Amino acid sequence: MPTTITLDHGSGGLYTHNLIKGIIVRHLTNPLLDPLEDSALLKIGHYRSIAFTTDSYVVDPIFFSGGDIGSLSVNGTINDLAMKGAWPIALSCSFILEEGLGLTDFEKVVLSIKNACETANVMVATGDTKVVPRGKCDRLFITTSGVGLVKEGIDIGISNIRDGDMIIVSGEIGSHGITILTEREGMDIKSPSIKSDTCALHRLVSALIDDIGDGLHALKDPTRGGLCTALWEASDTTGYLMDIFEEKIPINNDVRGASYILGIDPLYLANEGKLIAWIDPLYAERAIAIMKAFDCAKDAAVIGEVKGRVIDDNAPSVILHTAIGGKRRLHPLKGMPLPRIC
Amino acid sequence: MSIEHIKNNQSKSILSQITEISGKIGAEISIMEVCGTHTVSIARHGIRSLIPPNIRLVSGPGCPVCVTSQGAIDAMIKIAEMPDCRVVTFGDMMRVPGTDGGSLMDRKGRGAKVNIVYSPMDALYIAQKYQDDLIVFLAVGFETTAPLIASVIKRASKEGVKNFTVFPAMKLIMPAIFSLLSQKDVMIDGLICPGHVSSVIGADVYEPVCSQFNAPCVIAGFDAHDILGAIRAILMQLLKIKENYNNNCYNDRYNDCHNREISTAKGKRTEVARVENLYRAVVDSHGNKRALSMIKEVFEHRDSVWRGLGIIEKSGLFLRDEYMDFCAISRLKIDVDEGCEHSMCRCKDILTGRISPPDCPLFKRACTPLNPFGPCMVSNEGACHAYYNYA
Repeated sequence: MPTTITLDHGSGGLYTHNLIKGIIVRHLTNPLLDPLEDSALLKIGHYRSIAFTTDSYVVDPIFFSGGDIGSLSVNGTINDLAMKGAWPIALSCSFILEEGLGLTDFEKVVLSIKNACETANVMVATGDTKVVPRGKCDRLFITTSGVGLVKEGIDIGISNIRDGDMIIVSGEIGSHGITILTEREGMDIKSPSIKSDTCALHRLVSALIDDIGDGLHALKDPTRGGLCTALWEASDTTGYLMDIFEEKIPINNDVRGASYILGIDPLYLANEGKLIAWIDPLYAERAIAIMKAFDCAKDAAVIGEVKGRVIDDNAPSVILHTAIGGKRRLHPLKGMPLPRIC
Repeated sequence: MSIEHIKNNQSKSILSQITEISGKIGAEISIMEVCGTHTVSIARHGIRSLIPPNIRLVSGPGCPVCVTSQGAIDAMIKIAEMPDCRVVTFGDMMRVPGTDGGSLMDRKGRGAKVNIVYSPMDALYIAQKYQDDLIVFLAVGFETTAPLIASVIKRASKEGVKNFTVFPAMKLIMPAIFSLLSQKDVMIDGLICPGHVSSVIGADVYEPVCSQFNAPCVIAGFDAHDILGAIRAILMQLLKIKENYNNNCYNDRYNDCHNREISTAKGKRTEVARVENLYRAVVDSHGNKRALSMIKEVFEHRDSVWRGLGIIEKSGLFLRDEYMDFCAISRLKIDVDEGCEHSMCRCKDILTGRISPPDCPLFKRACTPLNPFGPCMVSNEGACHAYYNYA
């Protein structure tokens, strides 16, 4: 086992999981933190709650096809709130800037934050700036926190997942991850589909809540670690088996091709504008119809269902039925996805 | 209906043919997929869960990271610790543990200069960027990767790049196949031959494998449909061979039949194994002459140590004298200490198809992708990694 922090600890996979559980939660344990969901719920009186979340953005490159570190930091934090059914009220925005960063670039990022906030109808209420000497950070890091209001009576969370729930993904997966990987490596893939999917999902979630209410059990945004790791974590938390069909998972052909070249499985690629929903089977069709009305979710699809308790050793189980009818278990991402040799 | 759907439906019908033919053969049949990319694809598509139980798919020595000797791995890690060196590598090598348990990934965490690249050419750009560092590119791979590395070395030589070197650990697949099939206790009935490597070396080079070991060699692409097609082709050949032999043959595997030494002089063998190329879009019979001559110009064949297979004669690619300035081992006067494989790790037996990963006592217990003992658990193309991840 490593004795120092390696890049694997930042992958969003098992290394990250072990770091968080083994050190952070072990020492900071409390009822608000321990569920480790996308945001924490703070009770206000008996009926209402506020969702509270924070996230840091260190993406390299800071400008990429489909977005930049600014829009990403706004949308990502809004989505963490939305996954608990919260409507965002205000964000904080804290910048760590490297000596030498161009002011034009900085302003471009701030303008992108402005645009993302206007699109989402949310405000940056507070913030901070720090500058560090050259080499102590990579151009620009942003930390955004967010608070959101959860409507009375709404209870969305991974612990509400039920046996028989339909598992829906809101659109084509992997585009953010493959965009960052290929641009970072200077691979020039000309495809209109290879661009980040970053966008805010609170309106989509709100529409689902308004329409199907209790039928919506849980939400999760498959960011770092991708669809597969998110499903595995849900199985880990609930003890339910997630049964998934390869053919039903929406993946863009160009994303699939680029992943193939790099030797990386798109199921592990990060998404920044997608959600996984666990929905009462009676409402699944309705949920798909609602999602398809949104541009960011026009390829929404049922990809599988919750199928009883996990089978052996109480180990989390995600079972994938392959397109040719085979079966295999999916495991969470471990460390950084590393490209293969040939 | 999309092409994918058509292919999936075809796969299902090939599967039922496979079941039918394997039933006719009856005995256990071992088919080796030589190439790591095939190993991954078999696992990813859940092919093992679909084929009849008497077909055993065995992973071969075609995962370049897995067959790199422990001595070479230790030397690479040692180089990463040298303050003036910057190691440039394909991602797969990052987590392979050295004898002391640490990997390049850990050394990087502790400040060693290690860069991951997708293409050998990037190593040359890194050399230009970090002129004060001696760049050591870890040249691991088979005939597919070797021509690219050769062309980078030629370019470095032409441009007079002084701070660029490679650690030569490239290997040739044919000597390994011969070495493996010649071992008495290795029982392989047919080979799924690599698609990419064959595009360089050509289909004809497998002829001697067929004639010497009477094992069908089928070259195939990498999707489920291609692999199932290769399995079907091998089974069809085996069935014909069986029908033409006396029928006891398959019940008596350990004797003359298995060693494939049935002589044609006896007049018994009316049907023999042959090479089938199911990947004609990419592979022809003679291979890629330009790539082969590029390899020949820069490298020479020397004996090389393979994890699990030991020393195989003329199976490694090393730099020719005129390019010796680009050899990291000679520039840094590194001693590659062979013979220090982890005693419990059975990568050796897995690489030779003697056991499957779950038969190794360390598998899933002590040895996991988070804490790998051997390279078969590290590389994306390693058999243990594929079994762990996909089984």
